[in-house]
Amino acid sequence: MTTANMNEVEPESVDERLVSVSFWRRLFTRPELGAIVGAVGIFFFFGLIDTQFWKLATAARYLDFAAPLAIMAVAVALLMIGGEFDLSSGALVGSSSLLTGIFATEADLHLAVAMLLSLVFALLIGFTNAQLVLRTKLPSFIITLGTMFLLLGANVGLTSAIVGTIRIEDLEEAAGYGVIQPILAKSFGTPPEDFRIVILWALVITALASWVLLRTRVGNWIFAVGGDQNAARSVGVPVNKTKTGLFMYVSASAWFVGNTSIVRLTSTQSSLGRGEEFQYIIAAVVGGCLLTGGFGSAAGAAIGALIMAMVFIGIPTVGWEPDWRLSFFGGLLLLAVLLNNWVRNKAQEASR
Amino acid sequence: MKLKRLLAMLFTLAFVAAACSSGSSAGSGDDSSSDSGSESSSGEEGTSEESDNEEASGSATYHLITHANPGDGFWDIVKKGGADAETDLGVTVKYSNDADVQNQAALIATAVGEQSDGIIVSTADLDGLREEIGNAIAVGIPVITINGASDIEGTGVITHVGQSETVAGEGAGLQMANAGATKVLCIIHEEGNTSLEDRCAGAEKNVEIERLQVAGTEDIVGSQNEIQAKLQADDSIDGVLSLNPQIAIAAVDAKAGAGSSAVVGTFDNSGDVAEAIISGDLLFGIDQQPYVQGYLPVVLLHLNNTNLNEVGGGKAINTGPAFITKDNIDAISDKAQLGTR
Repeated sequence: MTTANMNEVEPESVDERLVSVSFWRRLFTRPELGAIVGAVGIFFFFGLIDTQFWKLATAARYLDFAAPLAIMAVAVALLMIGGEFDLSSGALVGSSSLLTGIFATEADLHLAVAMLLSLVFALLIGFTNAQLVLRTKLPSFIITLGTMFLLLGANVGLTSAIVGTIRIEDLEEAAGYGVIQPILAKSFGTPPEDFRIVILWALVITALASWVLLRTRVGNWIFAVGGDQNAARSVGVPVNKTKTGLFMYVSASAWFVGNTSIVRLTSTQSSLGRGEEFQYIIAAVVGGCLLTGGFGSAAGAAIGALIMAMVFIGIPTVGWEPDWRLSFFGGLLLLAVLLNNWVRNKAQEASR
Repeated sequence: MKLKRLLAMLFTLAFVAAACSSGSSAGSGDDSSSDSGSESSSGEEGTSEESDNEEASGSATYHLITHANPGDGFWDIVKKGGADAETDLGVTVKYSNDADVQNQAALIATAVGEQSDGIIVSTADLDGLREEIGNAIAVGIPVITINGASDIEGTGVITHVGQSETVAGEGAGLQMANAGATKVLCIIHEEGNTSLEDRCAGAEKNVEIERLQVAGTEDIVGSQNEIQAKLQADDSIDGVLSLNPQIAIAAVDAKAGAGSSAVVGTFDNSGDVAEAIISGDLLFGIDQQPYVQGYLPVVLLHLNNTNLNEVGGGKAINTGPAFITKDNIDAISDKAQLGTR
């Protein structure tokens, strides 16, 4: 709400408002502040326990872990700012990779064609999610819970019906693999200090999403539809189109992540992505998104993904018992929600 | 305005796509339905032929109830074993699965309600299923357990068809030790699965083990990074024991990435695992022969049903461990590609 209001007001009055808000208050009401503090904290926390964590080779591991998570978290964050949820995103990561695999290895299509067909499917799922939510006015949580289970079932059922097993292998034999592989899975540097191109993709996507959100009219629309849908509609914001676009953006991201995975591994399995949607949401919330919509940050969500990756990699690196790490994420989520709640209250004070 | 045009473009694309994908999915749907149609019709033929000959055995229906997570390649092979036994014996095998032990127990109760002629049940958590297994036996339905806890004494089941996880783990540890490994990472890919713990504990009898919990088959790239981070952090690790074929490939990649010289071995098998054994990246693949775990119990139940045979002497029948190595891989790899090994 706050950011939307600040962006929407006339240029003349912007200066006036910003002058009256102190630098510190503005800093502390940034949605991504908590995530940045958390990321720096965890970086030093693990590093002080074992300096191995500060090595470039370890950074390669958690950045590689974080990149696909960040791509999804940024998309989920924009959708959450727009006031909606998508629980089907994790299942769609699996569906997209499986479809690409089926088209490329079973139907022997060129890999680029296979990917295009699975993109079309993914966008269709996003479009369907959006239409179901907008037409029925039911909570997106319920609608996408439905599509999530539809997809999870199809991931197993359709794959085993067509392929005979639930695993797809030997994608490297598909036509066009040599062309696609460098785009989605190229590796830079010598192992163990090797960095995958997916990290670059995550950075580009995060930067683009941030720019759209903070510097364009579409960004204002996203904040507006998540803040107060009716108010947004009455001032002329195309609510339905904005939300449809957001759902389709999340689906396209799921497609991208699913395809980077299958192209990299040359194989996929119907369990890919199952249950991962919660990690995307945790990353978005840790990055400052409110569950009520209208407030959040794309860069914050990417940093949220980085935090989770650092925990995943940090625990084995310093030699801790990894049994507890899910509890760690739960704690992280609760902490983030409490912090966000506090920040929102402060933000509302600031805007008064 | 730009957004409007962009969205309009996306919509058009989506609709064109809808036409395309509905076309293609309809095509594939036809394929699958004709597949299952031919299967079920041949099954029916088999049954009707049987019932013409021998009414009692021909109509036999057996239930194969597993704790499989949907999307686990291992259970596909078990399921295929059951389905092939169905065709070969001319009986009906109904497959169902649920990873939650309570739901699995409910599936047993359902099979009892359907007056099953015999129940095959996997025992990831035998204690959670004891009551329903007892109920089935009490009404005269023979039960055979498979794959998992094999301590069947007192349960009244005919036998257990599976691989003792501890024995298999011991074997894996010994193979590792023989290959010169002194500190082995045991990769746990599913939280709270006791059979995975048993494998690591078994291996621990023959070689030093350190356990590592990873993200799992839902996030293979993540799992690979976790294994690699561990190998990078601790270069005294000279062996990696994977408990799942996809994780095995991730472990091979992690080892290469970390520049580690650890030997890598895995439980269970797949086409990729076979290739990695041939190329020398994997030392061994432990085969518990899941196909047998699906196929054999149907045969045993059918023998019990038609000829009152009881096989196993109240003890477990071991389907493994069979070690697949560079030496015997050639003969077996063709079968792995077929999905029966």
